Amino acid sequence: MTGEAIIQSLASGLLMGLIYGLVAAGLALIFGLMDVVNFAHGEFLMTSMYAAFGLYLAFALDPLASAPFVAAAMFVFGAVVYLGLVRFAMSASANAGMVQIFATFGLAIVMRGLAQLLFTPDYRSIPHSWLGGKTLKVAGIFLPAPQLAGALVSLAAFGALWLVINRTDFGRALEATREDAGAVALVGIDKKRIFALGWGLGGALVGLAGAVLATFFYIYPDVGASFALIAYVTVALGGFGSVFGAFAAGILVGVVEAGTAFILPASLKYLGIYALYLLVVVLRPRGLFGSL
Amino acid sequence: MAGASPDIARRNNLILAICVAAAVACLPLVVKDVYIQNMLVLTLMYAALSQSWNILSGYCGQISLGHALYFGIGAYATLLLFTKFGVLPWFGMVAGGAIAAVVAAAVGYPCFRLKGHYFVIATIVIAEAGLLLMLNWDWAGAAMGIEVPVRGDSWAKFQFARSKLPYFYFALGLALVAWIVTWKIEDSRWGYWWRAVKDNAEAAESLGVVVFRSKMAAAAVSAFLTAVGGGFYAQFVSYIDPESVMSFQFSLLMALPAVLGGIGTLWGPAVGAAILIPITEVTRSYAGGTGKGFDLIVYGLLVMGIALGRPEGIVGAFSARKRAKAA
Repeated sequence: MTGEAIIQSLASGLLMGLIYGLVAAGLALIFGLMDVVNFAHGEFLMTSMYAAFGLYLAFALDPLASAPFVAAAMFVFGAVVYLGLVRFAMSASANAGMVQIFATFGLAIVMRGLAQLLFTPDYRSIPHSWLGGKTLKVAGIFLPAPQLAGALVSLAAFGALWLVINRTDFGRALEATREDAGAVALVGIDKKRIFALGWGLGGALVGLAGAVLATFFYIYPDVGASFALIAYVTVALGGFGSVFGAFAAGILVGVVEAGTAFILPASLKYLGIYALYLLVVVLRPRGLFGSL
Repeated sequence: MAGASPDIARRNNLILAICVAAAVACLPLVVKDVYIQNMLVLTLMYAALSQSWNILSGYCGQISLGHALYFGIGAYATLLLFTKFGVLPWFGMVAGGAIAAVVAAAVGYPCFRLKGHYFVIATIVIAEAGLLLMLNWDWAGAAMGIEVPVRGDSWAKFQFARSKLPYFYFALGLALVAWIVTWKIEDSRWGYWWRAVKDNAEAAESLGVVVFRSKMAAAAVSAFLTAVGGGFYAQFVSYIDPESVMSFQFSLLMALPAVLGGIGTLWGPAVGAAILIPITEVTRSYAGGTGKGFDLIVYGLLVMGIALGRPEGIVGAFSARKRAKAA
C-alpha cells in the first residue's frame, strides 16, 4: 500500500520534474551563452501562458495545438528583449552584473503590471482542453494526462535542442560563442546575432513550457514568480550554463518536491527543493554539471 | 574640495551628515500633512535599510537579495517578544538584531564560499525558506500574522496612534546611525578589507586579508541594522504577516535605493531613497489604485531606466566627475 503510494508520488514527481526542466531550459541556455541571468524569465512564462489562453479564447485552439505558435511568438519576443534591452545592459560602463539583474528585473515588474492592467489579477484557466481532467492508468499508477503530455513535450524539446546544438551550423556557432565570444568574431561569426538568436531560442523554449502549463495550471499575472524561483534553483543546481544539466536537475527537483510533499505538509513542499539546492552547492559550488 | 586631504574630506562628510539630519529634523515644522509625514517616515526607513544592505552588498561586494529574512526576523522578534512575554519593543528590536546577526553568520558560514549568481540565488532561497516556515508556524500567527496590542501612546511601549512624529524621529535616528556606522567603517581596517574582498578576493587573501571573517562581519553588521529596521516597521504599521515583511519584494526595495544612489558609496542609499520612495508612494496612490498595475509599470520602468541610465549611481557619477576635474 505505502509502496504503491511512494511509486505514485515518484511518478508524478518525475512528470513535474520534466516540465520544470523545460521551464528552466531557456534560462540555462541564455546564461550559458552570455553569463546573463534573465530575471524576467518567470514573466516570459506568464506571457506564454496568457498567449496560449488567448489563442484558446479566440480560435478555440487547444494549448497543445497552439504551442508551436506560442513558441514562435516567444522566439520573436526573446530576440526583441535582447535587442531592445539586454544588449544595452551588457555594455554598461560600471557594475555590469548589477545592471543586468536590475534591468531584467525592471522588465519583469513592467510585464507583471501590464498583465494586471490588461487581464486583471483574476485567476483564469482553460476549462475544456483535449486532455484536461483525464488520467492514464499504467500498471496501477495514475498519470494525469496533461502532465504526461507536458513531460513528453519536454523530452521532445530537449531532444530537438540536442540536435540543434550538436548537428547544425547554428548550434556550432552557439557553442563557439559560449566558449569564447571574443574569438568567434575572428572567424566571421556575428556575436550579437548569435546572442539575439540565443534569446529567441530561450524564449521559444519557455513558450513551449507556458503552453504546456496552461493546460493544467491557473493563469494569473504573478504566476511566473513561483516557477521562476524553481527555474533559478534548477539552473544553478544543474550548473549554470549547462542546458542538459538543467534537464537532469529539473527531474531531481520534481522528484524531491514530490518526496517532500509525501513527508511534510504539502504547504512546505518547496522546503525540500531549497534544502536540496543549498546542500548541493555547498558540497559542489559549481552545481552538479557546471564546468565554470 | 578637490584637493582636500582624505581626513578633511571625511570630517566634512560628517559635518554635512549632521547638518542634513538637523535640517530633516526641522521638516515637521513645515510639513503638517499626515500623508507626507508618512512618506517621510518610509523614506528615512528605506534610507536606513538600504544603508545596511550597502554594507554587505556594496562595500563587501556580496550581493544579497534575501535581506527580507533579516527584516522579517526583526519585525517578528519585536512583536513576538512583546505580545508573548511582555518585553518592551526597545529590547525587542535589539534582540531581533542580535538574532538576525547570528542567523546571518549561520547562513554565511556555508554560503560565503559560493560565488556570483550561486550566492545571489542562495540568499533568495534562504529568505523564501524563512517565509515558508513563518507561514506555517502557528505559535507565531502563521499566515494570519500578529498585531500590536493597543496599550495607549507611550515611548516605553513605542506606540503612537495619534502622531507620526515619534516614528519620524526614530527613523531619522536609525538612518543617521546606519550612516555613521558606514562612515566609521569606511576608514577602519574592516572597511579596507571589505573593499579588498570586493575587488578581488583571491588577491586580498594572498595579501593576508581574512576574507571569510571579513564577509561574516559584514553580514552580521548588515543583518543587525536591517532587523532593527524591521522591528521599527512592525511597530509603525502595527500589524505584520509573513508576506508583508518577508516577501522577496522587500529584499529588492532595500537594494534599489543603493543601486540608484550608488552602490558602495556613503551617500548613495540616502540619495537613492530620497528620490525613489516618494516617487513610488506617489505613483501608488495617484496612478495606482489596487490591482490596476499602473504603479508596477511606472516602478518597473524606473528600475530599468536607473539600471541602464545610471549604472554607477547618482553619487558614483558625481564623484567620478569630481575626480576627473581634479586630475
